[in-house]
Amino acid sequence: MSAPLINVPARAKRGDVIAIKTLISHEMETGFRYGTNGVLIPRNIITEFVCTYNGEEIFRADFHQAVAANPFLTFYTVATASGTIAFTWTGDNGFSETASANITVE
Amino acid sequence: MMDRGTETNPTRRKLLFGASCLAAGLGAPLLLAVRRAQATPATMATAIRQVVGEASVKPGKVKLDLPPLVENGNTVPFTVSVDSPMTPSDYVKAIHVFNEKNPQSNVIGVRLGPRAGRASFTSRMRLADSEKVVAIAELSDGSFWSDSVDVVVTIAACVEDGIP
Repeated sequence: MSAPLINVPARAKRGDVIAIKTLISHEMETGFRYGTNGVLIPRNIITEFVCTYNGEEIFRADFHQAVAANPFLTFYTVATASGTIAFTWTGDNGFSETASANITVE
Repeated sequence: MMDRGTETNPTRRKLLFGASCLAAGLGAPLLLAVRRAQATPATMATAIRQVVGEASVKPGKVKLDLPPLVENGNTVPFTVSVDSPMTPSDYVKAIHVFNEKNPQSNVIGVRLGPRAGRASFTSRMRLADSEKVVAIAELSDGSFWSDSVDVVVTIAACVEDGIP
């Protein structure tokens, strides 16, 4: 449903700094808005994002309500070894989504 | 025909300009009336204190890239980059972003390490008003550095109500 889009270079030279881009579809409801019936819409946001490279955590983000809908992130890491870069998003109401990409380092 | 065209155009332009001024005049108090919970600069200072503790925050090293004029406060792209060699002995541990006037002062907090290679990240935030945005970086030696940008927002986030 919330199909994450990720962009990781397929191959890189050892030691290169690579850019990782992620986008996940999520309304990021702030909990500060009222519905047409005058009732406060409860908060429903992604609170945490974690990225691991071959199991080692390389980047973590705590999201708050001020992060725009469909959270987008670009960050960097050093390509050290071939393997898997995995992503996890967790949030309110038991929201959890994962994605991963393979990278070949030569 | 040509003469008529040149004569009517300025009038139409004036009329449109007048109408847009009127709309802006009517719109401003409406926005104020709709706005509810709002943080204040003091709330932001408290939020920053919760993150940095008693440490002093010095300006410099951090670069917060944010458009000075924002048309749509619902999605404002921004980049924070920190001047750091990102070696195991000298690196950026965390970067936090705060705003002054949204209902909640925190925007995002990220943790990174020497493994990142480059101390920089990009994301998108919501802004409820023309306000100040502050980015604070925590370095591996325990020092805190900051940068701030004042942005003008023409269409604020959070003003429209959603469908439940």
